[in-house]
Parts: sequence; C-alpha cells; structure tokens
Amino acid sequence: MKRLLVLGAGTAGTMVANKLRPALATDEWEITVVDQDDSHHYQPGYLFIPFGVYTSEEVVKPRSRYLSAGIELVLGGIDRVLPEENLVKLADGRDLAYDYLVIATGTRPCPDETPGMAGEEWGKSVFDFYTLEGSKALAEKLKTWEGGRLVVHITEMPIKCPPAPLEFAFLADAFFKERKMRHRVEITFVTPLDGAFTKPTASRLLGGMLDERGIALEPDFYIERVDNEAKTIVSYDEREIPFDLLVTVPLNMGAAFVGRSGMGDELNYVPVDKHTFLSPHWDNVFAIGDAADLPTSKAGSVAHFAVEVFTENFLQHVKGQAMTRSFDGHANCFVESGAGKAMLIDFNYDVEPLPGKYPFPGLGPLTLMEERRMNHWGKLMFRWLYWNALLPGRRLPVPTSMSMTGKRKVATPISPVEKEKVQ
Amino acid sequence: MTTATIAGHEVHVDQEGFMTEYDEWTEDLAQTLAANIGIELTDSHWKAIRFLREDFEAEGETPTLRRVTNVGGIPTKELFELFPKKPAKKMAYVAGLPKPAGCV
Repeated sequence: MKRLLVLGAGTAGTMVANKLRPALATDEWEITVVDQDDSHHYQPGYLFIPFGVYTSEEVVKPRSRYLSAGIELVLGGIDRVLPEENLVKLADGRDLAYDYLVIATGTRPCPDETPGMAGEEWGKSVFDFYTLEGSKALAEKLKTWEGGRLVVHITEMPIKCPPAPLEFAFLADAFFKERKMRHRVEITFVTPLDGAFTKPTASRLLGGMLDERGIALEPDFYIERVDNEAKTIVSYDEREIPFDLLVTVPLNMGAAFVGRSGMGDELNYVPVDKHTFLSPHWDNVFAIGDAADLPTSKAGSVAHFAVEVFTENFLQHVKGQAMTRSFDGHANCFVESGAGKAMLIDFNYDVEPLPGKYPFPGLGPLTLMEERRMNHWGKLMFRWLYWNALLPGRRLPVPTSMSMTGKRKVATPISPVEKEKVQ
Repeated sequence: MTTATIAGHEVHVDQEGFMTEYDEWTEDLAQTLAANIGIELTDSHWKAIRFLREDFEAEGETPTLRRVTNVGGIPTKELFELFPKKPAKKMAYVAGLPKPAGCV
C-alpha cells in the first residue's frame, strides 16, 4: 500500500484529495489528509462580515464533510516534516509515513511580526479582517464607530487575495455613505506597492476608483511599527500616519512547521517549480496553493486552476513518466467595488489583467475590468459553487489556462510618470 | 525587450530601464546606473549590491527587501537610508537585476 499524505484540508488540499481519490486505486493507495481542526473556512467571506453581509455560520463548515469517502482525515498539529525519512511528526507525538507528500497548509496573518501591531490597541482601534475573529470584532466596532480617520493598510507583499484590502476600502466607503456618515470619515489606503495594485493596467484603473471615492493613497509605505500611544503607523523612512481606526493586513507567512522543517523561504513558503509544483529538492514532495512560493496571487482561484494541472501531472509522476501539463499562473478575482457592483480581473504569470469578457470570449456573461452588477452577483454566487462544486472536485465550466481571445491590450504601457517611479 | 546605451555599452533593458541580462552588468555600469537615480555609491551600497548579485546567481531571482535584511544581514532601516523611498527597486536597478517579482 502506498500513501499520499496531504498536509492541510483547506481549498487546495481538499481539492487535491478529492480529485485524486477516484484516480488512485483504493487497494493500492491510501490518501490521508492532516489538519489541525475540523473547521473549513470560506475565507473570501471574511471581507463581508465587518459590514454585516455574512454571518460566521455562512463561512464555516466541517472539513470532514467535504472530503470524499476513502480519504482519511487526521486531526492534529504538525510539528515537522523529515523529508529525508519520508515522515511527518505530529505535535502529539504521532508519526505519519508517506510515499508522496503534498504541502497545502496555506498562509496566515502574523501581526506579532510587526512591532506594536498586536499591542494594546489590537481589537480596540487596530483590527484585521483576514481571520474570522478579526472580521467579527471589526463588525462589532463598526456598529458603533462614529467616524474619524480610517486607515486601510497592507504590511508587506505577498498577501493572500491581493485585491481584498482595496475591496475593503471600497465597501467601507459605500457602508459609510449608506449610513450617511461618509463626511465624518477620512479614508487612507496605505500600501508598500507603488500604486493601488500590483499590475500596471489594473493599478491605474483601481487607483482611479480610489480617487472617485475620495480615498487617499499612500504608496511605498513599508511599515516599521505601530505606535499604540500616538495611534500612528510609522514607516522605515519615518513617515507617520495617524489613525482612529486601523484596518491592517498583517505580514502573511506560511505555516510555522515549514520553517522548523527547513523546507521554506524567509516567509515559510515552500520553493517549488512554478509550472509543476514539484520541490527541486525532494522528488516526492509537492506544495500547492498559498503554501507554495509561486510568483502569482495567493488565492483560491489560483489553487483551483493549479489543482487541475497538478492532478494529471501527479498521476504521470508516480508512474515514472514525465509531467506534461504546465501551470501558467492563471488567477482571477472578483473585486467588490461597493453599492452592489464588482469588477472581475483575469491574469497569469506573463499577462497582466486586461479588458474583455469571461469565461466565454465576446459573450461573457461577465465583463472584465469594469464595475458591473453581474460581477457582484457572480461573486455572491461563487460561495455556493465553492461548497457544492469546487471543493468536491467537480469541473467548473471555465478553462484552466488563461485565454487571450477577445481581450484588448491597453495602449500606453509605461508612462513617463511610471518611469519616474524607479528614479 | 529593448536596448539602451549606458556608459558607452549597449545593454538589454526592460520598459522601466531594469537590465535583463545578468552578464551584461559591470561595476562601472553600476556607478552610472546609481548616478541616474541620484545615488553616489559608498562601501555600504556596494555591500548590498554584491549581496543582490550573489543571491540572484544562486537563487535565480531578485531577493526581496526582507531577504536582504534576513540573509544579507543589512537592517531594513539602513536600506531605506542607502536607497531612499524604494530600496527594493533601486537596489535591483543598480545591481543590474530584474525588477523584484515579489509584487503579485
């Protein structure tokens, strides 16, 4: 009997196990999945909780319910992996041997990594919305907050779901307008990037959307510390930004056991081949989803497209054949823009987000790079698809690789102003 | 991909002026690249640049600011003093390396 061991029963790990179970004979292969608890969180839902759109019941379900029959779920913390011995040691002393290992333990916010962030004001005037507890605490805060300086802040890239902080700013703007208190709130978006977003066309478009909403942008801000007394965030080049309410995205890091096992980079992400997810050091170790060091967005959509490619490659690899599928870094994200509208962006390793239609070129029904009601409904409907089609490993009617068909290249790639930015 | 003439040498650069061929870079070019962005290179600058060059050669990608601090041993604060405002980009530019890919 051979054993495939999957670490992490989140989006990527659950899909990997569910997709491979029917493809691997049950009398030859055991599939075991390890996670520290039995709560699967629909993380994109966290964004809506502070504004009272979703409740925690809508975003949390038992992990065990989403793993197919024939997959064993082991609950326990992971102490470390011993890749030379093909062994995983759990925190409670149990050992799990494997023939093949898939690391899918994601990434998580680490406010402790920034001096003062998890300090006295944490949960009082400093919040995150990348955890269920954080987004619920923020919902309580917003119920009674009377206004002032709201600072929406990103600590360092990469973060999971890179558009989420922008979406938070857009939704906050709409929320305060709805409550007739927008004039009492000053919103500033603070980012270590040199613009609103990572890729040039999307950055210009999203930057324009911040302007339209009267949200100030503070780029190139690399935080050194949070000053709890002065209620400011301070950058390494000594800029200070005062806040009454700080909504921050703390440093995101991979699981601590990755570091303890000596298998990760500075942020505990596992280096892998960006097209096949195979470790360059161990021929029976893969990492997929947010846990890997791929140069694309950390997002469920990436995990979804990646798993499609991974499954076929894995089946070839275990037979000693060359892996023939190559992942292109495909990602797409709905970007909620407030007042019942959203944008959709679609991109990969090489091509930035461009205008067009999705998933069917020319037809849509979704429109890329424009704010539309249809995209907002798409985003809300996606939660149902996630639980009922994506996790069980059913094929969604969208292509795995990114398509350029019907997309419009946008002129003026680099303006003199952007050139200035380097200098 | 285009070429530019820097200090009398024709080299490959991207649209933002970052050199794209590792082997085309020389220490003389670095002086000119630094001057282009208003920096006069001191020993401290060179320490950072040499780390970037060596790390790129070993890892195949431009190191992040965090890596220059953690692995290269140069405090982040100092990097902001040496290469004001945008140290990650400016270091890569002077060291003749691709723009850091960390921004995704």
